[in-house]
Amino acid sequence: MDLIGIWVAAFLTLCIYSFLYRDNPLYRFAEHLFVGISVGYGIVLSIHQGFLPLAWKPFWEAITFKDPSGLWVIIPIAFGLLFFARLSPKHTWLIRYPIAVLIGYGSGIAIPNVLRANIFEQTRGTLQPFGKMTETIAANGDTIPALSTFEIFGAILMVIGVICTLTYFFFSVEHRGPIKGLSKVGIAFLMIGFGSAFGNTVMGRVALLIQRVDFLMFDWIASFGTIFNSIF
Amino acid sequence: MKRQIPLALCFLFGIVMIITQFSPHPVSKSIYERVISGALIIGPFALVLATITLIQTHINRIQRRTEHWGYSFVVFAGLITMVAIGVPFGPENPIFVWLYRNVQVPMDATMFSLLAFFIASAAYRAFRARSTEATLLLVTALIVMLGNVPVGDLIWNSLLSLTGLDSIISQNGPSSARGWILDNPNLSARRGIILGVSLGVISQSIRIILGIERSYLGGGD
Repeated sequence: MDLIGIWVAAFLTLCIYSFLYRDNPLYRFAEHLFVGISVGYGIVLSIHQGFLPLAWKPFWEAITFKDPSGLWVIIPIAFGLLFFARLSPKHTWLIRYPIAVLIGYGSGIAIPNVLRANIFEQTRGTLQPFGKMTETIAANGDTIPALSTFEIFGAILMVIGVICTLTYFFFSVEHRGPIKGLSKVGIAFLMIGFGSAFGNTVMGRVALLIQRVDFLMFDWIASFGTIFNSIF
Repeated sequence: MKRQIPLALCFLFGIVMIITQFSPHPVSKSIYERVISGALIIGPFALVLATITLIQTHINRIQRRTEHWGYSFVVFAGLITMVAIGVPFGPENPIFVWLYRNVQVPMDATMFSLLAFFIASAAYRAFRARSTEATLLLVTALIVMLGNVPVGDLIWNSLLSLTGLDSIISQNGPSSARGWILDNPNLSARRGIILGVSLGVISQSIRIILGIERSYLGGGD
């Protein structure tokens, strides 16, 4: 079974790499198979890890009188079923109900969480080093050493970078004079950010490529020997 | 009925989710957990609808005999196989796991690794240092790439020992420089973007909850 798995994986890997030559039937086969398999995998996971434990189990226990409190799941199930109104042109408008619920839920959950995680925490992270400029005593009595000159430089650079980047995205005033200068510095920081992201992405993709080549060279080609030994 | 009730539902669920997150009362916590479970129940129905739409699209392709229509059968084969094994027997079924490990994971990794080749041509265009900004991007990307792999430090350390500068300049320069770039200028740019995006998300969420932003309702009456 493992040997068949290696050969199937190697065949599909080579099918996809054949695209480097040009678009061809083997690549299209692998591409379409990937779509079908991925969608099927998503459906199975959402049914077994979402619908069955969260909706079907409480519903079944409620109608078999084991735990009547689970009957509330009828409401989200009913909202979910309204998605299928999309299939009837006359009743398409009913799809707005579940969408409105999900959008309202998403917006409501986003406001406090984004405020906490992305605004307060990021601002705190930016300003926190300034509280460590001198030696401080922690609540448990430990001494926290002061930041080094290099770390202080990094902290100042961080504040300058954040302010300048935000200035670049601030369109309520015209970018002239000092605002233009700050915005230009913001672009420089953004370019460093994009360069880092680009470098990390390239290395991530190359790591995947190395992993696939490693599989072909050491797993697939090694399987030739296993087959040879089993035949002769 | 067609527009007012969805707006009211959106307002209700939005306000409930905001209030319940700030209140530590057990009733509030219970409502919060129920709404989260409810949203998790509604979600899979959207996925099923998306799958039906995908099936309809491919049936249309087959019926109209559009270009490469035959591959639509491959989509169905993959989809039906996974669903027919996974739904009745569960995701822990050995055949389902085998298909995941030997078909989906290798194709997923290969598809993404394919981008390594295309990113090389994109890099050629991006790395032509025609302005100060492009030069900054080029230099940062090169340092990050060199710092990411051990060979970067190896080249640096070898050059230092060859030139006799290893007593003056610290070793492992590329990985140290990469670490400093990621932790300082890169992080400050990211924080600026995160703060800007977050303010946008909050203002858009308030507009949605208050019914000012209604584009999610679509057109028509």
